[in-house]
Amino acid sequence: MVAIALSSIFGAETEEELDLSGAWKLSLLSELPIGTTGVVESLDLPGEIQHHLMHMGFVPEARVTVVRRAPAGDPTVYAIDGFEVALRRDTARAIRVREYEGQNARGK
Amino acid sequence: MSSCCSTPTIDVPIEPRAAGRIRTVALVGPPNSGKSTLFNRLTGLRQKVANYPGVTVEQRVGRLNGIGRADLTLIDLPGIYGLDTYSEDARVAVEVLHGEMPGTPVPDAILLVLDSLHLRRQLMLAAPVLALGLPTLVLLNMSDLMEARGGHIDTLALAQELGVPVAKISATRGTGLDSINHFLDRKAEPETTPAAAKIELPVVGNPRSYRQWATGISTRTKYKAPVSNQATKRIDGVLLHRIWGPLVFLAVVFAVFQVVFSIGQPLSDGFGELLNRAGDGIAPLLGHGWLESLAIDGVWRGVASVLVFLPQILLLFLFIGVLEDSGYLARAALIADRVMRSIGLNGKAFIPLLSAYACAVPAIMATRTIENKRDRFATILVAPFMTCSARLPIYMLMIAAFIPNKPILGDFFGLRAAVMLSLYVLGFVAALATARLLKSSILKASSAPFILELPQYRLPTFRSLSLRLVDRGKVFLRQAGTVILAVTLVLWVLSHVPFHTDLTTSVIGRLGHLIEPAIRPLGFNWKIGIGLLTSVVAREVIVGTLGTLYGADPATQSLGLQAALRHDLTLGGAMALVVFFAFALQCTSTLAIVRRETNSWKWPALQFIYMGCLAYVASLATNQFILHFIR
Repeated sequence: MVAIALSSIFGAETEEELDLSGAWKLSLLSELPIGTTGVVESLDLPGEIQHHLMHMGFVPEARVTVVRRAPAGDPTVYAIDGFEVALRRDTARAIRVREYEGQNARGK
Repeated sequence: MSSCCSTPTIDVPIEPRAAGRIRTVALVGPPNSGKSTLFNRLTGLRQKVANYPGVTVEQRVGRLNGIGRADLTLIDLPGIYGLDTYSEDARVAVEVLHGEMPGTPVPDAILLVLDSLHLRRQLMLAAPVLALGLPTLVLLNMSDLMEARGGHIDTLALAQELGVPVAKISATRGTGLDSINHFLDRKAEPETTPAAAKIELPVVGNPRSYRQWATGISTRTKYKAPVSNQATKRIDGVLLHRIWGPLVFLAVVFAVFQVVFSIGQPLSDGFGELLNRAGDGIAPLLGHGWLESLAIDGVWRGVASVLVFLPQILLLFLFIGVLEDSGYLARAALIADRVMRSIGLNGKAFIPLLSAYACAVPAIMATRTIENKRDRFATILVAPFMTCSARLPIYMLMIAAFIPNKPILGDFFGLRAAVMLSLYVLGFVAALATARLLKSSILKASSAPFILELPQYRLPTFRSLSLRLVDRGKVFLRQAGTVILAVTLVLWVLSHVPFHTDLTTSVIGRLGHLIEPAIRPLGFNWKIGIGLLTSVVAREVIVGTLGTLYGADPATQSLGLQAALRHDLTLGGAMALVVFFAFALQCTSTLAIVRRETNSWKWPALQFIYMGCLAYVASLATNQFILHFIR
């Protein structure tokens, strides 16, 4: 319990940590390594699915963190606005993100 | 078990909206924000709640008894992310809100339930809901948890931003609910408040502007999200681990079956002993004659032979309850997505399939969360293959009677549990194979995306688990007291007419012998044949039927049901029987719900015939195999 309590003190929201001033490159959400955060640039999915995802928070300028992959390597769990949402690679591939450099040092 | 999901509903007069008067209030909110928990609080009803998105898939109506406003009606709705109808459950919610759902009253006011742990995103839903223009009270649920974890929100500022009242509540603990009373009292009077300050709502139907709007509001109301729950991340680190995840999953499944046998069996045996003694105690009071025979040999033996399985069924439901309430169910769907994809289905279909282990009826309802219609139909059609709890009595009976209790993996996993597990696997494999067949033929469609929200883990509460067990026990007892009682009564009468005959020449005996040639190759005798006929009503009826028939047969009257079966059946016949039950669709409630959800008799008819043929062929193969290779 103590360990959990301690980690919850230090484990702040990832959203505040990301420094948006640095250099960035365009990438696909499916390509982001675990533990990194990207900023949604655009979505390219069939209308209804895209709308559904956007209502769940996947809109341009939203920050998405890659949390973990399922045991089989796919789908992947993403955190957005404090929620965890699982998406398959096919879907994540249709979401373009800006990947900020220099954040990998933070590790997993 | 049949009729397992009937929450009592009330009839409400359907009237058009009248300005300034509130008669009907709707609970609106994103999935898993706690609407049904609040509904239960406010109405005193017991709508199913659990910890995964999409538990509620249709509207439920109740009176606001819980806060002393029995004159008002409350509607519980499926969770929605926006006012789009991307899936069947969302369509239900949106149609009720727009007053387009036949048979459901039109809501005059809205309680918008938002999970305050994730307010920034949950606020996005406020935009389209407020745009409906109905009197609205915003309820920030789980506010106790938010504050405990260092979160903060200025509710006054939020009320000003939204132009509607806002209250912090905890539906689980029941705090802050008086705000609902205040809201209803104030709104019940004709609108006297000066036209509420005009608030700027974002463009309707544009999620991007919803989000900007929601983010702006959270900043201005000084919303500070609580620190994220690290416990969930840690637990997922193990349960979704590449190696540990699947291993833990398997270990849990083994443990469930072993416990159902090693703890459940003695409990059931003891309970059965108790029931027998009760029967013996009553017997002398009835004198000797037809009355005693009817009451003890007929009805009591029949009903009691099903009742004994109550402890084991409750144990199974305890496990299912822990699975659903803890939040693990959504993770199981995530792990299973890969397998589901290989058969052309979506990992999301795994959630209804898992809940079909309890009962196929709510599972078929739960398919409403599957966005793709063809995927949904395929899931509906294969759900009855999953081993529901109504199969448990006949499985338990046959395994206990025919399979020796030998350990396989030490004390942890025995032969009986292994046979049981293989029956569950058999049903699951049949479901997958059939889904594959359907998806590559009549229900062909491109694969739908998998989008699933993972809830945070929660410790299941003692209260919610025990309520589930009580509800479950009641369903089981009601079934035993109605359907099974009626069937055993009819059976007893038919096995004693014409008068002064023995069992084989009675009406039931003749009927049984008539169908016997058809089932002889399966290793079944005529009594099993009668059981197959009666169990078309509901699967567990077969155990009651066998109890009555063996009780009426002088040759086996003095034996217990297990001993009587051993005396009468071969191992091949016994295993063929459980295989038959693994496949056949013997459940009128399932047929009715499939008819309702697919809107056609074509699908349930197809399902019944397909599963029946499969059951026949598979049990024929089982019996012949055991006959030739094992004995």
